[in-house]
Amino acid sequence: MRNPFRSEAEAYRFLLLTIGAFTLIVAAAFVNRWLGVAVWLLVSAAAVQFYFRQRPELPVRAHVEHVGPEDERRILVIANETLGGESLRALIRQRAEGVSEQVLVVCPALNSPVRHWASDEDGARAQAQARLDACLEALAQAGVQARGEVGDADPLQAIEDALRTFGADEIVISTHPEGHSHWLERGVVSHARERFDATITHVIVEPGL
Amino acid sequence: MSAHTEAAEQHHGPPTAHQSSRIDARVLGMFLFIASEAMLFGSFFTAYFFVRVVNPTADAWPPHPFQLPVFVAGVNTAILVTSSFTMHWALQSIKRGNRSGLKAGLALTIAMGLSFLLTQMIEYAHIGFNTGDRAFAGVFFGLTGLHGAHVFIGLTLLTVMAVRAFRGHFTADHHHGVEIAGIYWHFVDIMWIVVYATIYLL
Repeated sequence: MRNPFRSEAEAYRFLLLTIGAFTLIVAAAFVNRWLGVAVWLLVSAAAVQFYFRQRPELPVRAHVEHVGPEDERRILVIANETLGGESLRALIRQRAEGVSEQVLVVCPALNSPVRHWASDEDGARAQAQARLDACLEALAQAGVQARGEVGDADPLQAIEDALRTFGADEIVISTHPEGHSHWLERGVVSHARERFDATITHVIVEPGL
Repeated sequence: MSAHTEAAEQHHGPPTAHQSSRIDARVLGMFLFIASEAMLFGSFFTAYFFVRVVNPTADAWPPHPFQLPVFVAGVNTAILVTSSFTMHWALQSIKRGNRSGLKAGLALTIAMGLSFLLTQMIEYAHIGFNTGDRAFAGVFFGLTGLHGAHVFIGLTLLTVMAVRAFRGHFTADHHHGVEIAGIYWHFVDIMWIVVYATIYLL
């Protein structure tokens, strides 16, 4: 939804629209009361269409460039609840085998919508950090040296933020299976494939594993 | 000692809070306030339409013997709408670094807001009925009075902003207070257009 009171300029535009709309409604009502009601309904529907249906433009597909030595493989891992998953750790181990690797694990600080809007995200960040620490420890025990960051609550934004400083050769997105994953429901993996031109691998971690 | 440690030691008070929301907390606060205000006006409009629908003489509106000063209220509407234009001009001026434009815009907006309130008081004094005269009078004074109270609050905000503007507090980059007061003022204007069209014209 586009917020008509997001800024003074938006509120001013909304005021001009209101003046125009009510001029039409009053003019129509002077001709015939029911015509006024019809115009009011039409104008209201148009306003709803304008403010509720407006979608932000999709960002342009980002080119991801390899940074660092030629023989180095850079892997960016995005996961939240599945960070401790064995299949994810196995995939990272497999990718890191035999090459010089750089692994960055990003854990989005998922939060409730109300807390997100109120910017009350300390708890969410602390939980994400705890999951991240446990994952990094498990990877270190498996012989993979990785570093980690707590990212934006929006996984796509978290990937974009990480890519600004970490030119990944591969992006690994870890989720629960279809039906258990909010990210899959929101199309995070497909959107990431549209938005970033790096290799994107989707790992599914069964709940409880 | 590293520069980071040094900076951390010089910092007093709690650490800077993380902010997840893409919208500034102050603007979000004003938005939520306006949303609650819209609901408040909504309840008054519900009362108005209820009275109008159940009134047996609904074909003639306002019901006999009430008569509303449509022309005076129309002039008042024009004054209030114009004050929104000057408010927008004030904001545009400070965004370009023009402090004189900001001051002039705020002063004109306040003057027009005061004219609106004064005219409304004169209208109340000469309207010929009072709050206790049947349900129509009650909702009329309720709605227009509620709006008048909002104009008063808006004027208070604008006066504070004007004082700050005259003290040189705002620049092209830092004028958030005026922006928020501007949002509120436009909201008050929008509500008046709905109130005027509904009560006086339709």
